[in-house]
Amino acid sequence: MTQFFEDICIGDVLDIGVHTFSPEEIIRYAEKFDPQPYHLSEEAAQQTHFGRLCASGWHTASIYMRLLVLKNQEIERAARQRGAPIALIGPSPGLEELKWRLPVFAGDTISYKRCVSGKTESRSRPDWGIVHGENHGTNQNGETVFSFKSNVFVQRSPR
Amino acid sequence: MTRYFFEDLEPGQFFELGTYTVTKAEIIEFANEFDPQPFHLDETAGKASILGGLAASGWHTASITMRLLALGFLNNSSCQGSPGVDKLVWRKPVLAGDTLAVRMEITSARLLKSRPGFGMINMALETRNQTGAVVMTYNNPAMFTLRGEAV
Repeated sequence: MTQFFEDICIGDVLDIGVHTFSPEEIIRYAEKFDPQPYHLSEEAAQQTHFGRLCASGWHTASIYMRLLVLKNQEIERAARQRGAPIALIGPSPGLEELKWRLPVFAGDTISYKRCVSGKTESRSRPDWGIVHGENHGTNQNGETVFSFKSNVFVQRSPR
Repeated sequence: MTRYFFEDLEPGQFFELGTYTVTKAEIIEFANEFDPQPFHLDETAGKASILGGLAASGWHTASITMRLLALGFLNNSSCQGSPGVDKLVWRKPVLAGDTLAVRMEITSARLLKSRPGFGMINMALETRNQTGAVVMTYNNPAMFTLRGEAV
């Protein structure tokens, strides 16, 4: 998003990017942040109802963030080349209804998308607005594995 | 050794899940991999932002909270994963050097009609910093098997 708050439209869709989850990175993330058996080894996962090694839900979410930031940086570079003004993006106050709908198994390829679902003017920060999004991650079989509702501060147009 | 099955968990029970100190190096390492925005990578950019200093990615705070929840509770339980989280609020920035403490309270428990032998427990998570200020809260349902149920 390099657009200012005023220029963002409800319904705007962004293809955020694609990521394949290797067993090595699933285990590496889990050892640091989510050391539960189904995220740590194929053998341990077979003893659980997941049946196979799968990514921590927070790993799936963190990869969403990585791809979103990289996509925004790519859009920003292109805008700079055109000489277009660039809106600052602030932090996020939080999120709602984050759903891990299906496991992300080792080897799965997830495509992430965001659709703008609403906009709120910030009362406490008049130079900023909050953009609301519906976010989805879909696996290689077309199944939605991940979704959540996001909120992020975006700078208002200085004009 | 599984200590907590579905039957052992009741609304009103709470658990203190330990503490974790977040270093500057870790904040930058996590941000490089998962959230490479300037205010998570660089002290000066952090100070210039709304966050007021080099601040951890919100996903990093959530990941650290997950670690404490897994080591402090879930790994002693019959937990079989979670369908998601709701109402996650990043209330205050987590800055380099902060020590986080996590508290979990059980808010509801119900048997799953769709899945005999399984129950759903709702957990309210609260992450505080060393001054006692709440930095993050969220609600997190998770599935647990009943005592004696094979998976």
